[in-house]
Amino acid sequence: MSRRVSRPVRMTRRVLVGALIGGAVLLPLLPLLIWPFAHGWFFPDLLPQTWTLRTWRYLISPSARIGEALFNSLAIAASVVSLAALVGLPAARVLARAHLRGKSLIEWLFLAPLIVPGLVVAMGIHILFIRYGLADTHIGVILVHLIPALPYFVLIMGSVFANYSIELEETARTLGAGALRVFWHITLPAIAPGLTVAALFTFLVSWSQYITTVLIGGGKVITLPMLLFPFISAANHPQAAAVSLIFLAPAFVVLAFTARVLAGRPAVLGGLGRI
Amino acid sequence: MKGSHSPRAALLRALRSPYWWLAPAVLLLLILFVGGLGVGFAQSLNYFPLIGLNSPSLRAYTAILTDRGFWAALGLTLYIALTSTVAATALALGTAVALRANHRLNRWLTFIYQIPLPVPHLVAAAGIAMLLTQSGLAARVLYATGALERPDQFPALIFDRAHVGVILAYTWKEVPFIGLVILAVLKGVGQEYEEIAQTLGASAWQRFRYVLLPLLVPGIVATTVIVFAFLFGSFEIPLLLGQRYPGTLPVAAWRAYIDPDLARRPEAMAMGMIVTVIVVALLAVYRRLVRRAW
Repeated sequence: MSRRVSRPVRMTRRVLVGALIGGAVLLPLLPLLIWPFAHGWFFPDLLPQTWTLRTWRYLISPSARIGEALFNSLAIAASVVSLAALVGLPAARVLARAHLRGKSLIEWLFLAPLIVPGLVVAMGIHILFIRYGLADTHIGVILVHLIPALPYFVLIMGSVFANYSIELEETARTLGAGALRVFWHITLPAIAPGLTVAALFTFLVSWSQYITTVLIGGGKVITLPMLLFPFISAANHPQAAAVSLIFLAPAFVVLAFTARVLAGRPAVLGGLGRI
Repeated sequence: MKGSHSPRAALLRALRSPYWWLAPAVLLLLILFVGGLGVGFAQSLNYFPLIGLNSPSLRAYTAILTDRGFWAALGLTLYIALTSTVAATALALGTAVALRANHRLNRWLTFIYQIPLPVPHLVAAAGIAMLLTQSGLAARVLYATGALERPDQFPALIFDRAHVGVILAYTWKEVPFIGLVILAVLKGVGQEYEEIAQTLGASAWQRFRYVLLPLLVPGIVATTVIVFAFLFGSFEIPLLLGQRYPGTLPVAAWRAYIDPDLARRPEAMAMGMIVTVIVVALLAVYRRLVRRAW
């Protein structure tokens, strides 16, 4: 089809398509970059009359609780990733390789939490968490984040193990290596790239949780999205945009690391809709 | 080893069973996920001993099914999920075909294309709101071009009846998701079929409609089912950008849940159960369409 089109026309078309796609993607993010530095940015000004760091000065003051929220968000997400890896790795390995009885049922158990809203599950489990003293605690929040995070981790690692050959492991065993040595020297290096992707995205799943944290954390466990929400709903644009930028930072780190992996890997995408 | 019947060998075999490796993860999900849904289901049946509801009944279900607000919420949820899915699929198809050619600009563009994927829903809502409120960036650009003079001449796209802001935010989030799935299929198919069709005299439209589209449809259908199900149960964006009443079904469930009147709890749970049944049914359809789970 490109044979009949002249070079200048083709280049113009490419640039036009690029401008359209790039514009559509970046436009909603543009105000988030301007508002945190704007001082009295009123209609109809396209750019603020004066620029200021006032929003940031407020956000780093202790009363804004950003430090506490950032620490909680990071600590909770890191714990979720560790727990998901601990119980998820063996599960993914078995699910990807073995022919089990009841495998279809088990697959359902790992897929359903990705699509059933976290709100519904958290509303149900709330009363149990209250009874067992898990409500309003970090551990309770970590557990409720695991509901979507663990299946997501298993899903990604399952696709990694499905393309993984165990021949090297068997060779190492024949040569007398113990289970732990085989895992450390053979398995882990082989799955490391996939494991990184799985860990990063599981981190994002926990990082982005809002309503489950509100419900189970009961306002006692403050994470970043809990500070962000009131700023957005009160149309407090400078603060909302500034906290959005902080909230976005890990997402872009992850994207930079994994953009090439994403294309052509629906399993990774399968859970990404959740974020 | 295999033929051995000694107790020790049997024990060793049992310990080597793959189910042990699955047990921690399965147990965790059974308690948290199935347990959570189970308690929610019990409460939806008006069984909630802690607040004195001891005799199960269908009261909550009859209450919401006879409430006009519930049907309005259900209709709104279907409308938002459906329009967003259709819009996102159409745009994803167009952009994926445009991004298919492998040249340097497209490699950059494919990276930019993926940016909405990891953006949290709260941030997407914030960005869309700042762009599309009546004094937002879009209105200012139109003012600069002379297309409008006052903010109120800009259409209300946030908190509006048609929920345009909600649909745009969802579309923005979901286009790259569907688009990357299509792009993966396109790269796998290659261009040979189209080249053959071209030699046989097919026009660009004919090549798209009769060669490319049939190859893409299975993947597209499966992906849209999952996107629809996800948007159906999604919560934050309609809460932030939608009208207060009736709210989508998850939003209505949340409002019933935080109602000071504890008797509304079973109704919240009943709405949650209805959402759950709908999305799980859609997941079943998806599983039929895509044989392999991973």
